[in-house]
Amino acid sequence: MIRMRNIRILLKNIRDGLKNVVRNFSLSLASISCITVTLLIVSVALIGSLNVENFTKIIKDDFTIVTYIKTDVDKDGEAKIKSSIQSLDNIESITFDSKHEIAKRMKKESEIFNEIISSWSEEENPLYDTYLVKVVDSSKISQTANNIKKIEGIQMVKYGEGMIDSLISIFNILEKILIVIVISLIVVTAFLIVNTIKITIFSRQEEIEIKRLVGASNFSIKQPFVIEGLFIGIIGSIIPVVATIYGYSFLYEKTGGVIFSQFIRLIKPYPFTFILSGLLIGIGIIVGMFGSSRAVRKYLKI
Amino acid sequence: MEFIKITDVEKVYPTGVTALYGINLRIKKGDFVFIIGASGSGKSTLMKMLYREEKPTQGEIVIGGVRVDKLKNRKIYKLRRKIGIVFQDFKLLPKLTVYENVAFVLEMYGYDKSEVRAKTIKALDLVGLKEKVKSYPDQLSGGEQQRVAIARAIVNAPKLVICDEPTGNLDPDTSLEIMKVLEVINNLGTTVIVVTHDRDIVNKMKKRVILLDKGRLKKDFEKGTYDKNEKH
Repeated sequence: MIRMRNIRILLKNIRDGLKNVVRNFSLSLASISCITVTLLIVSVALIGSLNVENFTKIIKDDFTIVTYIKTDVDKDGEAKIKSSIQSLDNIESITFDSKHEIAKRMKKESEIFNEIISSWSEEENPLYDTYLVKVVDSSKISQTANNIKKIEGIQMVKYGEGMIDSLISIFNILEKILIVIVISLIVVTAFLIVNTIKITIFSRQEEIEIKRLVGASNFSIKQPFVIEGLFIGIIGSIIPVVATIYGYSFLYEKTGGVIFSQFIRLIKPYPFTFILSGLLIGIGIIVGMFGSSRAVRKYLKI
Repeated sequence: MEFIKITDVEKVYPTGVTALYGINLRIKKGDFVFIIGASGSGKSTLMKMLYREEKPTQGEIVIGGVRVDKLKNRKIYKLRRKIGIVFQDFKLLPKLTVYENVAFVLEMYGYDKSEVRAKTIKALDLVGLKEKVKSYPDQLSGGEQQRVAIARAIVNAPKLVICDEPTGNLDPDTSLEIMKVLEVINNLGTTVIVVTHDRDIVNKMKKRVILLDKGRLKKDFEKGTYDKNEKH
């Protein structure tokens, strides 16, 4: 019985909430556009930061320190070097790449290489045996490379030194900035929405007062406003969602999924934009409901 | 049976103004009581404490066995559901029809549609406004608007109806009509408290009269009349 009653009240409040959005549309529009603008910016910032994170991940995965072993080192020496490298910090994996394998691959790459390399005998192969070392934390790659260099029997180490280091640190900074932008935008809008909704509720003070006097609980006064906030959040996220799905797919098609170089690949638009849309609607709803709930509080005796 | 017990009630507003001094008052179930007094005598403060819009600084207020002064803010609504309140300025919702103005109270309490309908029509019938259910407040006269407000106050069959200057905005004939409506409600067993300035009405109704003066209870007449020698 009590359950029936609560469902009935909830249904009535949902109806009223929707009615109120329509009835006070000019006022609701202020809150709706507030959410729309924020979500658009949040969407751009999120697309930016998630893609940057993706770039960094791709690049990090590609990072390998190529360790060239001196030609006079024998099998035992090589094993010793391997265990020395493994004992260092920040090492993810080590793979041995023999000079024969390298020569074989090079042969396939071009006719000219093929001709030259085919003329070498086993002993004449001038290439080095190498260890391909992957690191755990690519931001410490130069330190790790230096440590490897110090091991006896290493001819030299190579990795995309300067460029990669600076690229990673730029990406890291960029990502942090974007995250800060997203979070502060959400917080700022939440307060902006509280104030916008406060203004719209101001004109309905009397309605709240009357409801209180005839015995409405705080909860039942609040509920229609919170539901109204939910609808405002949903309506406010329509434009950002459409813009995100179509805008990003358009960008992806236009660029063919890469920017500047093959290194920087964009995230594929599906399901990425759908997840993003869900996130935007979620933020819109939370901000709208939170804003309404905070705004009504002022007019209630709690 | 004592329905309302007000014991040693004192009210000091945060501004330092004392509105009421040591009020003691008993009101029986089914009584019809007028509370009169000059502006600033503390009538409205006393009423506000009955429906717990204000809290006494000292003393006890008991309505139907409930310590109203001890009631927590979030429980106030339970008290208000048992009390009907009528104001001088009607306090109707302008965007709702007469029917909706009365029915929304019951809808908010969660009654189902047929119950809401039956109770609303019954209340509107009692105040003589059954024909105007589809009108909006601004299409009604002041007296009719006040009757809508009374219908709203009694729709949930409260034990107590509090009227704060219900005829303050109305002409003498209309005021008397409103009083007749309140008398009908009283005859059905509801306790009615009316705060008023209106000398004629008090004289004509011949009910209990309580006179407040500068925050003190000055006189309590059974079947009293408004004493012309009193200043108010």
